[in-house]
Amino acid sequence: MKLLKKSIITGTGIPVRGNDIDTDRIIPARFMKVVTFDGLGAYAFYDARFDEKGNPTDHPFNNPVYKNAEILIVNKNFGCGSSREHAPQSLARWGIKGIIGESFAEIFAGNCTAMGIPAVTTDEKSTAELMDLVTNNPDLALTINIEIPEIRIGDKTFPCTIPPSKQAALLNGTWDSTEILLKNKEQILKTAARLPYMGGFSS
Amino acid sequence: MKENLLNKVWNLHKVAELDSGTDQLFIGLHLIHEVTSPQAFAMIRERNLPVLFPERTFATVDHIVPTDDQSRPFKDELAEKMMEALEKNTREYGIRFFDLTTEHQGIVHIVGPELGLTQPGMTIACGDSHTSTHGAFGAIAFGIGTSQIRDILASQTMSIQKPKVRKIEMTGKLPDHVYAKDIILKIIHDLGVNGGLGYAYEYGGDAAAKLSMEERMTICNMSIEGGARVGYFNPDQKTFDYLKGRKFAPEGAAFDNAVSFWKSIASDVDAEYEDTYHLDISHLKPMVTWGINPGQSCSIDETLPLLKSLPEEERETAVKAYSHMGFNEGDPILGKKIQTAFIGSCTNGRISDLRIAAAIVKGKTISSTVRGLVVPGSKSVARQAEAEGLDRIFTEAGFSWRKAGCSMCLAMNADKLRGNEISASSSNRNFIGRQGSPTGRTLLMSPAMVAAAALKGYVTEITL
Repeated sequence: MKLLKKSIITGTGIPVRGNDIDTDRIIPARFMKVVTFDGLGAYAFYDARFDEKGNPTDHPFNNPVYKNAEILIVNKNFGCGSSREHAPQSLARWGIKGIIGESFAEIFAGNCTAMGIPAVTTDEKSTAELMDLVTNNPDLALTINIEIPEIRIGDKTFPCTIPPSKQAALLNGTWDSTEILLKNKEQILKTAARLPYMGGFSS
Repeated sequence: MKENLLNKVWNLHKVAELDSGTDQLFIGLHLIHEVTSPQAFAMIRERNLPVLFPERTFATVDHIVPTDDQSRPFKDELAEKMMEALEKNTREYGIRFFDLTTEHQGIVHIVGPELGLTQPGMTIACGDSHTSTHGAFGAIAFGIGTSQIRDILASQTMSIQKPKVRKIEMTGKLPDHVYAKDIILKIIHDLGVNGGLGYAYEYGGDAAAKLSMEERMTICNMSIEGGARVGYFNPDQKTFDYLKGRKFAPEGAAFDNAVSFWKSIASDVDAEYEDTYHLDISHLKPMVTWGINPGQSCSIDETLPLLKSLPEEERETAVKAYSHMGFNEGDPILGKKIQTAFIGSCTNGRISDLRIAAAIVKGKTISSTVRGLVVPGSKSVARQAEAEGLDRIFTEAGFSWRKAGCSMCLAMNADKLRGNEISASSSNRNFIGRQGSPTGRTLLMSPAMVAAAALKGYVTEITL
């Protein structure tokens, strides 16, 4: 298999503040009229980045100091709403490799894992401090250590959490799930056979 | 005993526990549409994988279809391209596609139930968060992303963590002019837009038993707006009666066998839950959202909350909401002007919704300042409405009567808000930009409330 194991993600950070940032905000639906995910990076947070006249706003994704950022820092319930994988795909194609937040909507977090993007949670105080540290010093490298798990920035460390299943998937390189699921083909067929509706309720 | 429906259905469909600790779950019904599936087909094609159970996946087209002129090729080249991709993918992999040439096309969450594809005791997945709708039948149904669509196409299974179950115990009798939409808006208001993270909501109690299948679908549909990926009702006689005779429902002796199975997977009377939330629906009033997420709502007789009255963590979003909406704390919700009235969507685009709205506008005319759209959720809903003359009631009142699709719920088609218009909408999301204009504004409410607002041109009480 390819290099799928992920234990340490390092890069500079970019804070996007606010609770309940939904996937329509992350990628407006009109940019989803595509049959591939290629090129979606250009549309990440599009309507928050540009006003009605198309002028850039002060959104962090427009700020040149964050141009090469790879770790996104967010607040509560990030990625709520629509299940569109286009949302994390657009972030990834913009350059994001890991996300730190106070909490994540479930489908969004699952999509991140399926793409091999760690989404780790920290408490409110740590999140605020991390955001401030990055705002004051955008060149400071952040490290997400998935194994411990913890976040390091400069000489500071912050504890973080990641659901054990998602942690294991990233560490073992099993986040790309298709192959893993197909290994159990025999059990899949056995499960199908015991479901009464699969046989049309014939008995 | 002591088992709830989610546990029973989950265990029945559990294929294995994966090394990561999640469960490999068999998916009994996989529904796909044009927006989130093309990349998944590209992925299996790239890996040279077949679709393992093509007969367990069904496709329809809803998000991008125009609701006026549906002739091909679509005027929108990108929409045409997506349509062609789905046609090619379903043809190549032998998947049944209810396209525009069939009589069954419509919004995926309306088509599944009306064809009897959606059945109790099934696991159902679709690349759309409103898949929770199908829980109304006692199925465990949830939205997934594109990588998971790939997994289901390839293996009919996916990796997923079992949720905890919260019982939403509903008692009392729904007052006049208060609907299922008001119940779910109230639940989201009370438990919050992230209150359901990690949970499935089981809707139960005396009041739940009295709700029709279509009302149950409205409630399950919006579970995800409260953060709960799954919402379900236990199947009962209403469920069985609804399914009997539908295209994909079992027939004859098989139907009787099915009913026995369906009864067996209902929650035991002494089933255990993580926690329980009680809601007496007797005193509910029509609900309207005033903000930028579905939890920011109030009942029609209330004023918009004062910032200081809100819990601290909700204030920032409220400030953002007031700024986007152009509203002030303390404003009454009654009287807020609207420019667009939208009746439709997977939340409220069924025949019962159209009947209720039609009864309110019958013989009346909508305000000259309002653009009104009624969009049936499926071709079948449209046919039924036309047979009952509802289309004429709407058009005579000044609404435009459209063809089936998602329309202005998410505006991936030509139906969009213009500029900073305010829309009274029977859909499910009031996120900024959701209805197609980045500065557009959405007030979510029941179809009856939308109809009433359309007549007056502002948010108002329902009068018949």
